[in-house]
Amino acid sequence: MRDWVLSSLSVLALAAVPLASAQNGAFHLPKAVKAGDSFSIPTSGNGKAVFYLVGPGGVLRRDVHLGEAISIASEDLQNAGHYLAIVSGDSASEVQTLEVTASQPVALGFLAKPSRLPVNLHNGISGVVYVFDAYHNLVVDPAQVSFQLTGASGVNETRIVATRNGVAWTKLDSASKQGLVQFVATVADVTGRRVVQQVPGDPCNLRMNVRQDGQKLIAETEPVRDCGGNPVSDGTIVTFTETYNGDEATVDVPLKRDIARTELPVHDGATITVAAGVVLGNEIHWK
Amino acid sequence: MTFKRHKSSIQAIGGLLCFAVSLCLGAPDQPSVRVEPTDSVGPRTLEDQTKTAVIRDYVDAWRGMSRALEQNRSDLLDADFLGAAKDTLTSTVRQQAHLGIRTYYQDTGHDIELVFYSPEGMSIQLLDTVEYNVQVLDHDKTVSTQHVRARYVAVLTPTEVRWKVRVFQAMPD
Repeated sequence: MRDWVLSSLSVLALAAVPLASAQNGAFHLPKAVKAGDSFSIPTSGNGKAVFYLVGPGGVLRRDVHLGEAISIASEDLQNAGHYLAIVSGDSASEVQTLEVTASQPVALGFLAKPSRLPVNLHNGISGVVYVFDAYHNLVVDPAQVSFQLTGASGVNETRIVATRNGVAWTKLDSASKQGLVQFVATVADVTGRRVVQQVPGDPCNLRMNVRQDGQKLIAETEPVRDCGGNPVSDGTIVTFTETYNGDEATVDVPLKRDIARTELPVHDGATITVAAGVVLGNEIHWK
Repeated sequence: MTFKRHKSSIQAIGGLLCFAVSLCLGAPDQPSVRVEPTDSVGPRTLEDQTKTAVIRDYVDAWRGMSRALEQNRSDLLDADFLGAAKDTLTSTVRQQAHLGIRTYYQDTGHDIELVFYSPEGMSIQLLDTVEYNVQVLDHDKTVSTQHVRARYVAVLTPTEVRWKVRVFQAMPD
């Protein structure tokens, strides 16, 4: 702030010079160029001057001879943005603006979430793509993005989405079969690939059998599957409950090889139930 | 062409006069900030608290950039930028220091439109029609002062304590 205040008057005085001389047309700038393009800037007049190209994306300073072209090499201007081009001579200067736009798409910022989810989940997988050029500039020109989900059995789902301001997104359903799926985003010939693991959903049709073995009851589930027929993951907790004469005994058992198994005391007239999460199984009255 | 130059000169003089008047009147440093209605931002629902934080951190980022390019200190970018945006600005600071150039960016007004909030909440994109004054100094000699109106696109991502700017570039109107 201090510098602004101190220099405000000199700013106005100096500003009058470049603006007055702007009509001289000391140099002829293209209105817009692509990042990484090389180009030349014709100048007119004679004598020495200093050429500046200034923006948040970069700065150039060159001693130039008016009347000769100023060469901008490919590596000089690789960041998209708004630049001031200034030619400052001994007695006058001229300012023009230059828009540098992103080049062709060569890279994708692809975020797929989540990396693991249950099967048969509507809009369960989201994909977001940001499109970049070779210099990490966001490509804001519209482009078509193909989102594709491919499992072991082939392509499950494809969606084409146009970018807006350099970004495209979609939501896709997870497939009915467990396993790894490839989530692929493609723009022109640029591809981003992520792996999503689809795991079985909640148990479906939970059923158990009970038999007596000496002084104990053996309660055992049938193989536990989700509604798509996928075996529910080992470690999923199954809860057995035995109720007798107002007393209740509960045992939590992790699934092992699709089956949960436990021992319960023998009580004639006991009621035995089984559940996994919010899914209730069958109920058995032991006699 | 001549008309365009006259027009741009008049606009520039107007901008400079406004700038000078604001300095003389002791106008506050804070730029004016206008935020477009956010009803259609999506796909994730944008909570007011998030919107406030994003706008605050984005405007702060302009201040951080301004200080860094004024003092040629890239460490001043750490609080507000990361990724490609930070790399680009760091490179600009390095170029400026090498050439003996400093630039003063003073943002005077932002007209911000939040356009995208990603489904998982990991990025938010905004468009900003920003007005600012930029002063270019070569070895402490003023080369030019300009009033600029430009449209910027920015992508911010959440970090532990604040939103940081990951993509920051001017785009054609």
